[in-house]
Amino acid sequence: MIAFLFRRLFQGAIVMLTVALVSFVLFNYVGDPINGMVGQDTSLQDREKLREQLGLNDFIGVRFARFVGNAVQGNFGLSYRTAEPVLRMIMERLPATLELSLVAALFAVLVGVPMGVYSGLYPKRALSRVMQAVSLIGISLPTFLIGIILILTFAVLPNTCRSGLSIGGVVVIDCSLLAWLALPAFGRGDVVDLGGWRTGFLTASGLKAVILPAVTLGLFQLTLIMRIVRAEMLEVMRTDYIKFARARGIRSRNINFGHALKNTLVPVITITGLQVGQIIAFAIITETVFSWPGVGQLFVQSVSAADMPVMAAYLSFIGLLFVVINLLVDLFYYGVDPRLRAAQAAGKTV
Amino acid sequence: MKFETRRMIMAGGAAIALALSAPFAAAPAEAQGKVFRWANDGDVNSMDPYARNETFLLAFLQNIYEPLARRDKKSQLEPGLAVKWGQTAPTTWFFDLRPGVKFHDGTPFTADDVVFSLNRANGKGSNMLGYFATVKAIRKVSDLRVEVDTNVPDPLLASKWAQLGMMSKAWAEKNKAETVGDLTKNEENFATRNAMGTGPFVLKSREPDVKTVLEANKDWWDKPEHNLSEVVFSRIANSATRVAALRSGEIDMVYTVPPQDTDTLDKDPNTKVIQGPETRVVYLGFDHKRDELLYSNVKGKNPFKDKRVREAIYRSIDVEAIKRTVMRNQSYPTALMVAPGINGYTKELDKRPALLKPDDAKKLLAAAGYPNGFEVTLDCPTDRYVNDEKICQAVVGMLARIGVKINLRAQTRLKYFAQILLPKADTSFWMLGWSPAATFDVHDVFISLIQTPNSETKKGQFNPGSYSNAKFDELADKVLVETDVKKRNAMILEATKLYTEDYAYIPLHQQALIWAARKNIDLVQTADNSFQLRWVKVK
Repeated sequence: MIAFLFRRLFQGAIVMLTVALVSFVLFNYVGDPINGMVGQDTSLQDREKLREQLGLNDFIGVRFARFVGNAVQGNFGLSYRTAEPVLRMIMERLPATLELSLVAALFAVLVGVPMGVYSGLYPKRALSRVMQAVSLIGISLPTFLIGIILILTFAVLPNTCRSGLSIGGVVVIDCSLLAWLALPAFGRGDVVDLGGWRTGFLTASGLKAVILPAVTLGLFQLTLIMRIVRAEMLEVMRTDYIKFARARGIRSRNINFGHALKNTLVPVITITGLQVGQIIAFAIITETVFSWPGVGQLFVQSVSAADMPVMAAYLSFIGLLFVVINLLVDLFYYGVDPRLRAAQAAGKTV
Repeated sequence: MKFETRRMIMAGGAAIALALSAPFAAAPAEAQGKVFRWANDGDVNSMDPYARNETFLLAFLQNIYEPLARRDKKSQLEPGLAVKWGQTAPTTWFFDLRPGVKFHDGTPFTADDVVFSLNRANGKGSNMLGYFATVKAIRKVSDLRVEVDTNVPDPLLASKWAQLGMMSKAWAEKNKAETVGDLTKNEENFATRNAMGTGPFVLKSREPDVKTVLEANKDWWDKPEHNLSEVVFSRIANSATRVAALRSGEIDMVYTVPPQDTDTLDKDPNTKVIQGPETRVVYLGFDHKRDELLYSNVKGKNPFKDKRVREAIYRSIDVEAIKRTVMRNQSYPTALMVAPGINGYTKELDKRPALLKPDDAKKLLAAAGYPNGFEVTLDCPTDRYVNDEKICQAVVGMLARIGVKINLRAQTRLKYFAQILLPKADTSFWMLGWSPAATFDVHDVFISLIQTPNSETKKGQFNPGSYSNAKFDELADKVLVETDVKKRNAMILEATKLYTEDYAYIPLHQQALIWAARKNIDLVQTADNSFQLRWVKVK
């Protein structure tokens, strides 16, 4: 077990070094950060001096070694754009990204699983067909488009309303209620600082603000989960033990949720686990659309300014995230799958 | 009777209660003023007024840090922290400071703060060094007077410093922010996130890239024209979201509006578009220097050295058509390298020569030795000016008609400028934009763009084509030091004639500044794209 862990950690370190190296090579093609840093009047000599001071004229290998040397000491330098410590910039924005990802993942699971179960049990019903259609949208529409559509529908429309919502001539929801129900188009609302972790979960505006971005971010995963659960349900419902359970007269709710669903969940858990990393990494687009102050938005901004210290730190961080998630998933398998342990006991490598 | 008294007492009580409560209810609204929310696509990158030489940062920080002489609504100088300034000798400037001004922490503003601020802006890590090129010495004469010696006569010093905010010396020293943050060290400078000035607004809180909150300065020396109590600035990178937030009323004003959204915002009954010409002129430039162009099929000679070729190209580019189609009428065509409103703009010369018929242009090219035209590469940024790449594409089509085949090379600004600008100047034909917003004077354009490049004297630093005209150089040098306005204007007129008649550059247009706001917002848009909160009124 310990040997397994060490081997995995060693592999992780190599992965991270590779990520850092590749990103360093890529930086050469992002452009020159100096022109973004100085004004149009700055003389050429001053530009060259700054370039020299920042070590941008050094050979790429030297710069890479310097970055790795500093990074292992936890020193990621100052941002070229804001002159703030890079590590703090990332740490300040991380809670926003993690909270958004958590809500998006919960949304995907809590809505996706029931939808999958229903459309798996009753594949021919009209509602199931609607769900299938919706899930097609989730898979085929690009994230930024979904985001903008949601913003226009839930943030702009209610606030530009003139007559309210009426059904058959009777006003059901008037404009003031609509305006009250409107969701914010951008930002995170008010946050509460819990010892360095700024959370939006404790204020009404924070909770309202997370809805649209979380739906946007979670929609793709929701679709994925729903389709997996549906397919698994269809499969399981045909198996013999379900038929026998029915023959024994067990109530259908117990069969559906107690026996069938339980057996569909193993692949769902695997996929969800792996998707958590995806959600965090793909939050970039959602964060940009909703101006959500997370690490993804920071990265986009840093690319447009060729802010190399921030880009390097961010990519290393994402690398680390995937390494850790994969390690946890491996450990999880090791825990659940008896065959892996048996193989270890028999002296075989995994 | 009994009832009457009771009723009277009740009525009286109610009246007293009303009388008591009314002022309480009304007073806060009166004293508090309005909250104003606005957004831009990028954040203010630092709270340090000398950290970046960017229009947006300098304009934003002027709400907190004020300059000696400030600019009014027409971009003319007016007394700010200095009540009077001028030259006692050709190389000596004086600034008489405003008495009774206090910093946001209540400490008095004196000459010590000015000397400190100027030295800080001229010191390590500062990006304002360009404004101190002529400065020899800065000294305090009395608590309310500062003098500055220059190496050469510099009639534009007060103008150059009109964006340079004054910082509290005591505050900076207390917080170890005597110099601007050093990027090569791993410590943050206190002034990067905090601010201490004398301006109309006080920094209340700052979350970089998210939200910056300002509060009205109740003890400001000037009489406020605004009616704000609090200002919330947010960064919204995505332009569609920015426009949506304005339409939904979550923000009151958007600083950068994408041209394609102006129609929607104009039609929306709740919003308005504020538009005007920017001081920046967008233009095309030629390689005048190399004996063979780097990117052309003409070998052994440089066609751009021939004035007839430059004329044929200049007079075949239809800027009005670019305005109509590419710019959706959001541009102001020009024949000059400076915009109206800049000191030294010569209206009588702002007239483009008539367009040539393709056949006439071809004749000019033939006379210059290119009867079949030639091929050349046009360099273009993709994300710097409004519709930059599309303008270049339009130029490609227009020049194809006279047999000049343009290969378009468009790239992102971060790569573009490193390639186009000196010393590399790795280009034959290119697009740039320039605004003399630092001095509001034509000489800035002369010395930066048109004078012969010289790294010693720092002239022509942004003249990558190395256009060189001895007579022009001489005139521009004289314009710099001439203090007689009439003589100076005559020289400017002559110099302007020289470069326009020589077709040295192809000025295209000034792009439009486009801001948008809710209907209930009053604000002032200046041509240098500087948005000042002190003129904002929420109705």
